[in-house]
Formats: sequence, C-alpha cells, structure tokens
Amino acid sequence: MEKYYDKKTECMSRSELKALQSERLVKLVDYVYNNNAIYRAKMDDIKVKPSDIKSIDDIVKLPFTTKKDLRDNYPFGMFTAPRKNIVRLHASSGTSGKLTVVGYTKKDIDVWAECAARALVAAGADKNSIVHVSYGYGLFTGGLGLHYGAEKLGAVAVPASSGNTARQISLMKDFQANVLCCTPSYAIYLGEEMQKSGVELPDLKIGIFGAEPWSDTMRKKIEKLLGIKAYDIYGLSEITGPGVASECSDQSGCHIYEDHFYPEILDTETLEPLNYNSKGELVFTTLTKEGIPLIRYRTRDITMLKDEKCPCGRTFVKMGRIIGRSDDMLIIRGVNVFPSQIETVLLNYGDGVLPHYEIYVDRFDSTDYFEIRVEMTESIFSDEVKKIEMVKKEMESKLQSMLGISVNVKLVAPSSLPRYEGKAKRIIDNRKY
Amino acid sequence: MVVNQIAVFLENKQGRIYDFAKVIAEAKIDLVSMSIADTEEFGILRAVTSDNKKAVEALKKAGFTVISTDMIGIEIPDVPGSLAKVLKIMSEEKIQIEYLYSYARSEANKAYIILKVADNEKTVQLLNKRGVKVVSDFK
Repeated sequence: MEKYYDKKTECMSRSELKALQSERLVKLVDYVYNNNAIYRAKMDDIKVKPSDIKSIDDIVKLPFTTKKDLRDNYPFGMFTAPRKNIVRLHASSGTSGKLTVVGYTKKDIDVWAECAARALVAAGADKNSIVHVSYGYGLFTGGLGLHYGAEKLGAVAVPASSGNTARQISLMKDFQANVLCCTPSYAIYLGEEMQKSGVELPDLKIGIFGAEPWSDTMRKKIEKLLGIKAYDIYGLSEITGPGVASECSDQSGCHIYEDHFYPEILDTETLEPLNYNSKGELVFTTLTKEGIPLIRYRTRDITMLKDEKCPCGRTFVKMGRIIGRSDDMLIIRGVNVFPSQIETVLLNYGDGVLPHYEIYVDRFDSTDYFEIRVEMTESIFSDEVKKIEMVKKEMESKLQSMLGISVNVKLVAPSSLPRYEGKAKRIIDNRKY
Repeated sequence: MVVNQIAVFLENKQGRIYDFAKVIAEAKIDLVSMSIADTEEFGILRAVTSDNKKAVEALKKAGFTVISTDMIGIEIPDVPGSLAKVLKIMSEEKIQIEYLYSYARSEANKAYIILKVADNEKTVQLLNKRGVKVVSDFK
C-alpha cells in the first residue's frame, strides 16, 4: 500500500495546487520586492510591479536569478529575511572560488525537513525506520537534509556522515539500518566492499540516492548488490537541499514538491518556457522560502517535466533524469566543480598566463577519479625532481582547498594537450552512468 | 668557475628521449654528458653539450620545456677511491649535493663529475682550498 507523509497535500488536485501556487507566488513577490533591494531593482529594470503578478501564470513576467547573482552579492546580499531570523547557513561551490551561500529561517528548515520526510516516506520509510545517513555533514546540504527529514518523520537518524567504509558497514549491521542515504556511486562502493568481506545487511531495504547524476543501469546494479530498492532524490542548496523532488514506489522520476518549489523548463537558447515532455533547463521558484527566496532560479540542469499520471496517487509533476548541464559544472564525488575555480588556482603558475590544462574524470571501482593535467612551463620547471614534486603537491593542496575534494595533478609535456580555435574543450569525462 | 647544464622536461612516453636526441643531432650539437632522473610520471633529462645556448634555442623551438643551470665541475683521477675522497671533503664541509653525474673520456685518465649544490661560489672556494680541481669547461 502506498504511504504518504502528507496525503492531503501530496495528492491535491492540479486545480487546487494551481490556486495554492498562485496565492504563494503573489505573497512571495510582494515579500521580496519590499524586503530585497536586488530583486526590487531587477523588477524595476523591466518595469514589473508586484501588482502585475496575479497568478502563477504571471511568473513568466519575472526576471531570472542565477548563481552569478549570488556570487556578486556574496555572502549575504541575496538574503531577504533579516539577520535575526536566519538560523543556519549552508554553502556549495561557486564558480570562481567564492561559495554560494544560502541562509535558512526556522520555517525554511522546517519546510526542508518536511520535504525530506516526504521523500523518506515516498521511498517506503516510516517512524520505525533506522535511517543511516552517509552523506557528508557540514556546509553541504546532503547530511543534515536527510537527517532532519528522518527526525521530522519520527524515524531514527544515524548521522554516520561520509568516509571510513568499514565503519559504515559495521554501523549499519549493528544498528540494523533499514534505509541508506548517500551518493549512488558510494552505494555501489559500499555494496562491493560488503560483498568482498561477506557482510550481509538483511534489514536494509531502501536506498535514497542523490547529489550526482545516475541512471537506471546504476539503479539495477545497486539494487542487486545491496538487495534493496533504490530511489532517486533531487535537490540543490540554492533551492533548499535534498528533497526538492524525490521518487515514489513507481521509481519513474522524482515528484517535485510543487507546493514549495515551482518548476519551469526553459529552452536553453531562447530561455522561453517549454511544455511538458520537452528537454530544457530546469528553473525553480521557491514559493515559501523566507531566508533566501529565489525567483526563477536557473539550475543549469537539463531535464524535462513528465506529463503523466503516477500510479502512486501523488499529483505532483515528475521530472526526468538530469541528462546534462547548460554550463560546464561537473559533479565529482557529489561535489560541484567549476573549471573556473581550477583556473583561479592555476593562474598562479604560469607567469600570469593561464597554463594549458585539461580536466580528466573517470570512474574506477565505483569511485570518481579526478585528474588535472597541466602543461609544464618554464616557471614551474626545475632541474631538481624535489622542486617539481613540491610544486605539484602545492597545486594539489591549493586545488583541494578551492574545490573541497582531492585531485591528482599530472604535469605533462608542453603542447601535448589539444588546442582549440574556438572555446577550449578542457573537460574529458569518461564516466559511465 | 661553473659548468652550465641544460635540464629538459620529459613526459614518461615512449620515444621522448629520442625526440630530444634528434633535435640535438639536427642542430649539430655534441652531447658531452647526460643523465636522467625519472619519477613515476615524468623524467628530467640533464645534459652538458658543446653549445648549451644553441641547444636551449633548438629545444625550445621544438616545443620542449628547458632551462639552464650552473653546476660545479670537478676533475679527479680515474682510479678507485678518488670520488669518495672528494665526497668526504664535501661531507666534512657540510655541502649538500642535490645530484651528480659523471663522464669520463676514454683516452684520458681523468674523470669529471658534475655536481648540483645550493651555493656554487662557496663550494668552489671550499673545494679549491681543499685541493680539489674545479673545472669550468668540458670542451
């Protein structure tokens, strides 16, 4: 039998939903216009007043918000709620070294926890479930998002965080975990390690995986390895974190929690809204957020909204898999990586000129391998091995502190990397999903 | 009183030493001595040639990363124990050697050692004082 966290909301009719969204959008626009100078200026620029927004259909009149807006107003410029109402910060990678910072009010945390709780229930969890959270806890929203969701549901949250696989496995075994939350690639790694050491987890039935793109092939592999049902969860810190959308028992795409997050799909060239079943860039408006409400925020994720009734009974629209990005962001071991961040670090090594480089990503043993190939220049080169190795190590540690994940630097011969006449294609991503 | 050396970055790829030797040959430069330091990922080829300036130009033109460095050159008798004798002096004088390599001319009874140290001037002075023959040219 299908279970819901909040059946009344999750199964409301589309017309009820539209009325709710309209009411919330009108309130939101009024709120940001009167409390956030940046939004007011953006709207004034295109001569849109709050009174022009009467229903959700008017959303197309509103200006877009981008990661650049957040960067230009780093750290708190885009916050709409006053400081006294903000109770937590999270952050993700920005495009050029500065983080993308988001602030939550008590109510924002509550809405987020509720959405994560909906996701847990949609995947089959309940109050009795032991929820093992192997997402990282910290500025990254993964760990705390599912943690608060589990607590909100009344389940048992196990804040294992990431790392130390042997310990993760014994914790899951000893505590008889029922639900595992982590990245899909880590789930495969965990499964393979369990197989190697002959550990079985008979109580584990459900996996909720996100923070990186994956496929149905990976789903089958994970389900077989761990003997569980694997569900997709989608989210981004700018919108709230994991729980913006998640899968139900039908496992056919993530239901977007549209009462809080209004989705649009845009043509990537014209930025005109597209109909259901057309691929384009996913854009969200946070209908109820207080801390940092975002209007028509461009996620840069490419997907589509599915025009289909779901057998689970939920009326919220489902999104397809993320099939790409409309920018050059990479997700490596669940962390967002922008080539511009890498360039910021490498600029220090080429006498003021960016050395030629290439980003190489692959997947070995279910773990992302991340290498940056940098062409040797005279300013890096030395006749002593020791000095070159020192530069290499320094580059690796500077990149690690910029990106938040470890990376191998490989120094290659000058002119050995391909040259391009137009925009350089600096990324080789050989991962198969 | 120094010996100039060129250092060339080589990726660990088949044929790279040949690529280097070909450039040197085509520029009609004589290789006097050569050694390679190799790591897992790359190698550093160090060489003394008949014309380092010309070699650097030719190698750069061919796309190599190359730098030139001044080294200490010493001349020792080509008999057992002569290198140990010099190294003992350097150890006593606390001169740290980053690396060294040698070359011996077949018709001569002398051996030549090229050393990389932190302070050339100080090292030359000390070696002179201790009676080690320091040379500046291998031609």
